[in-house]
Amino acid sequence: MPETTQPNETPAQIRHFAKVCDILDRYESNPSKLIPILQQVQDEYRYLPEEVLTFVATSLGIPPAKVFGVATFYAHFTLEPKGKYVFRLCDGTACHVKRSHGILEALYKRLNLSAERNTTDDMLFTVETVSCLGACGLAPVMVVNEEVHGEVTPEKAIALVDRIIEKEANT
Amino acid sequence: MNPSHAQAPVETVSLENVVQEYGQSADRIARRIIICAGTGCVANGSLEVHRVLKEKLRAVGLDAITTVELEDEKKHDIHLSRSGCQGFCQMGPLLTIEPDDILYTRVQPGDVDDIVELTLQQGEIVDRLLYVEPASREPHLGHHDIPFYKLQERTVLKPCGQLDPENAYEYIHGGGYQAARKALCEMTPEEVCDEVARAGLRGRGGGGFPTGKKWQLTLVQPGEKKYVICNADEGDPGAFMDRSVMEGNPHAIIEGMIIAARAIGADEGYVYVRLEYPLAVDRIRKAVADAESLGLLGDDLFGSGQSFRLHVMEGAGAFVCGEETALIASIEGQRGMPRPKPPFPAQSGLWGKPTVINNVETLASVPLILSHSAEEYRRRGTEGSPGTKTFALTGHVANTGLIEVPFGVTLRKIVFDIGGGVIDDAGKPAADAFKAVQIGGPSGGCLTEEHLDLPLDFDSLRQVGAMVGSGGLVVMNQQTCMVQMARFFMQFTQNESCGKCVPCREGTKQMLALLDDIIEGRGELQTLELLEQVAVAVGKASLCGLGKTAPSPVLATLRHFGDEIRAHVVDKHCPAGRCKALLKPEILADRCKGCTACKKKCPVDAIQGEKKHPHTIDPEKCIKCGACAEVCRFNAIVGV
Repeated sequence: MPETTQPNETPAQIRHFAKVCDILDRYESNPSKLIPILQQVQDEYRYLPEEVLTFVATSLGIPPAKVFGVATFYAHFTLEPKGKYVFRLCDGTACHVKRSHGILEALYKRLNLSAERNTTDDMLFTVETVSCLGACGLAPVMVVNEEVHGEVTPEKAIALVDRIIEKEANT
Repeated sequence: MNPSHAQAPVETVSLENVVQEYGQSADRIARRIIICAGTGCVANGSLEVHRVLKEKLRAVGLDAITTVELEDEKKHDIHLSRSGCQGFCQMGPLLTIEPDDILYTRVQPGDVDDIVELTLQQGEIVDRLLYVEPASREPHLGHHDIPFYKLQERTVLKPCGQLDPENAYEYIHGGGYQAARKALCEMTPEEVCDEVARAGLRGRGGGGFPTGKKWQLTLVQPGEKKYVICNADEGDPGAFMDRSVMEGNPHAIIEGMIIAARAIGADEGYVYVRLEYPLAVDRIRKAVADAESLGLLGDDLFGSGQSFRLHVMEGAGAFVCGEETALIASIEGQRGMPRPKPPFPAQSGLWGKPTVINNVETLASVPLILSHSAEEYRRRGTEGSPGTKTFALTGHVANTGLIEVPFGVTLRKIVFDIGGGVIDDAGKPAADAFKAVQIGGPSGGCLTEEHLDLPLDFDSLRQVGAMVGSGGLVVMNQQTCMVQMARFFMQFTQNESCGKCVPCREGTKQMLALLDDIIEGRGELQTLELLEQVAVAVGKASLCGLGKTAPSPVLATLRHFGDEIRAHVVDKHCPAGRCKALLKPEILADRCKGCTACKKKCPVDAIQGEKKHPHTIDPEKCIKCGACAEVCRFNAIVGV
């Protein structure tokens, strides 16, 4: 039985899919728009939940394997939930020669993370690297959610983490 | 998202009316202040400067407007406008005052009072905001005398620092869309192709294929439906010229695409942009929407009966999508994997239809050719590579940023005259620090001291085993380890290999493992031989450009830095001191005072010694973390 017709869905789950339906409608359930559809789904949930991917596949009339194939091919898509603050540290050439690696290590150490485990348990932080953000004149560069930070040092990065932790504790 | 196309066609705006009316409105404004709103300057706080300046101008009673309207009869003191990336990102936020031609650098909100009260009201220069040449310590007033700008020839980039990219009227006022009208109303598709072919324009995305020829090949394909795609998936690490053009002059790309569409007979196009460039995505989307509302995109353009519709699509973070067949697969909603060629996209591209794919900078150059002439365009550059090229100059160089120079210029002029020379790791100018320039990103190669006077163009670079690529120029100083650099690029291509063909998928992994062996001290002379064999095989046997060029950085290192890489395997020594496993930390007995600071700091108890007697490091225990050297006040610890 397809997952989407299970009778024991909670109201929360139904709302869950309502948003997906809106997105699918926006693209007229056109399978060639799979990538923009997944982008919007990810914007909504901050990741691509497995059951949503199956739902998208069924709605577009394509095999779930194809949707998973696309979702796992592109670096932007994630099947795991990300933290509220996503630190994307640029590891492009210019940033690399200006020692972006030291910043990454400092962040990993401060947040007790690693390349394998890159989201904190409290779901507050995710630390990842990206290949090039194209702001090489300001190397090393780091983007926190949408905000670009230039000429970052390990100290500045840690100070930013501390500020966020403090802000979150007060809200 | 697809806008609905059901409405009646919008009549194309009269370009002459806009030029005249906008010009009259703009002439009534005494001064223009341009604040750079490219990614770099925004990151440095330029939008806040814009906001504070706007308030200050109001507070002192100066009449400032942020957008120039058509048919504005009133006089204004100031047009406070934003521009795209002006290229001098490191010195941002940048603020230009015209017609005075003053360029203020590193402007902060706290500087606004002085700018308004001294410069605008009393005509005095605020010296502390002027650009100072790092080597000569000389201050410079504006674009006309700053070497970084003065020595460039900006054609494609010129409008990026001047126009308000979000105002289509400004682009039209500067002569914009007239080349598109000429192509649609006065020229046949064949004439458009011929003119671009005569200009000798070559693809700026890396391959250097003649653009006019590409168009001719697509034009002759049978079929009603054809597509134009703008490849804005600028993925090379260390390259950002396409981002800057999209942010600073998006209408030039749209105009180039209209001309390309006319040349091949297409009525639909896509701009495929990296999603890592959110600002570029916003600007191009806004430009497309504005062009639609002005009838510059849609049906019956300029009354010619021709249609052209443009969609913007964001990528999803795959470097390989810069390869044209992979990009097409991605637009179709598939995994972005390349396929064998032929058939070429010109024969069977998007949804099996003939398709032209051009890079951002290429398309932005097209209106320049048509609005002047092919001969005029050929006046710059070399015989085989006419025109100018933008380069992203970064790394260990005093002036980092985006530059545009004619083909044929030397590396020496770029690095030392425009770039202001090489800097050391601490950021200070250093006379003999030049080691190499990495050109063309992960597909490119290295240029060394011997190439400093080589005229740079497509063909000369290919001869020395490098390539223009998309135009990233990363300067490296003597403190950079070339083996580490080769590993960096190999890690990148290995990560981005799509996995479809075996030589690339497995070969990049093997090369990475061999480079790791060398860096971690397990390398032997055999390792180097094997590395070269694998590199040559991957280059020959891979399916697409990514794999074919993936070995280039390795081969360039073997070719130009043979001694350095051999030192790693034979002497187990890293000349730049960057490879941790090859470090041999020791304590100089004559400098060590026996203060025990290092001993206390060592996390693995590798340091022994009595108080007030020289200490020693146990190489078996040492993890080469460098903590000891950091705490030593006598510089007694060397080799970490």
